[in-house]
Amino acid sequence: MTFGGQAKNKKMVRLSGELDHHSAAEIRDKLDQIIAKTAPGVLVLDFSEVTLMDSSGIGLVIGRYKRLKAQGAQLKVCNLSRQIDQVFQLSGLYTIIEKL
Amino acid sequence: MKTGNKMELKFLSLSVNEGFARLCSAGFASQLDPTLEQLSDIKTAISEAVTNAIVHAYRNEINTIIMRGEISDNIVRFEVEDRGCGIKNVDEAVQPFFTTAASEERSGMGFTVMQTFMDKVEVRSNPGRGTTVLLEKKIERVDNSDLALS
Repeated sequence: MTFGGQAKNKKMVRLSGELDHHSAAEIRDKLDQIIAKTAPGVLVLDFSEVTLMDSSGIGLVIGRYKRLKAQGAQLKVCNLSRQIDQVFQLSGLYTIIEKL
Repeated sequence: MKTGNKMELKFLSLSVNEGFARLCSAGFASQLDPTLEQLSDIKTAISEAVTNAIVHAYRNEINTIIMRGEISDNIVRFEVEDRGCGIKNVDEAVQPFFTTAASEERSGMGFTVMQTFMDKVEVRSNPGRGTTVLLEKKIERVDNSDLALS
């Protein structure tokens, strides 16, 4: 996971590897630390280095969405592979999360 | 025509074995010469079935998961079996967003993902005795015989 700052209050986090039940706990903790530390207005999750995501990733993303929404912030995603994009679509995540 | 290959794998219900199961399923299916997309589909579906066994079937214990694979012609079939708590209502369990672990950020989309990425999904369960998830995918072969070699 790498972290970068862009426009004011917009933060991007690049995820990597396989996002499954095993890795979700650690990723969740790290994302929550970033959210608490930086209080972004918009958090963008970059999936360009994520090679697989199952439904555990859906729960992870929804959890971060709720946390950010509670702070008046937004969650967005970018660079999803075909497989991950399909998982997002069938779960309805795009109705609440914007794909850049 | 591919016929008659089988495998059986047993491993503990540790989350680290989710990736192991994915790799094994992809390795077994590879003999049908699938595309990368098809392999990704299989790995994702297997990941869901194995995770269900770890999170739901064997909730508070470490036990054995059995994964079987079979190839017949151009179809690969997998079974993911646990001897955990079983599912009381399978029709309810396979519904999108249904989960028995909502407090753990579980999306309840595991079976939906399996149904999306595989051609056939079947769930057999006996409450108190365990569950077997059957997954099947047809691998269409690409005919490269007319490609010119230069």
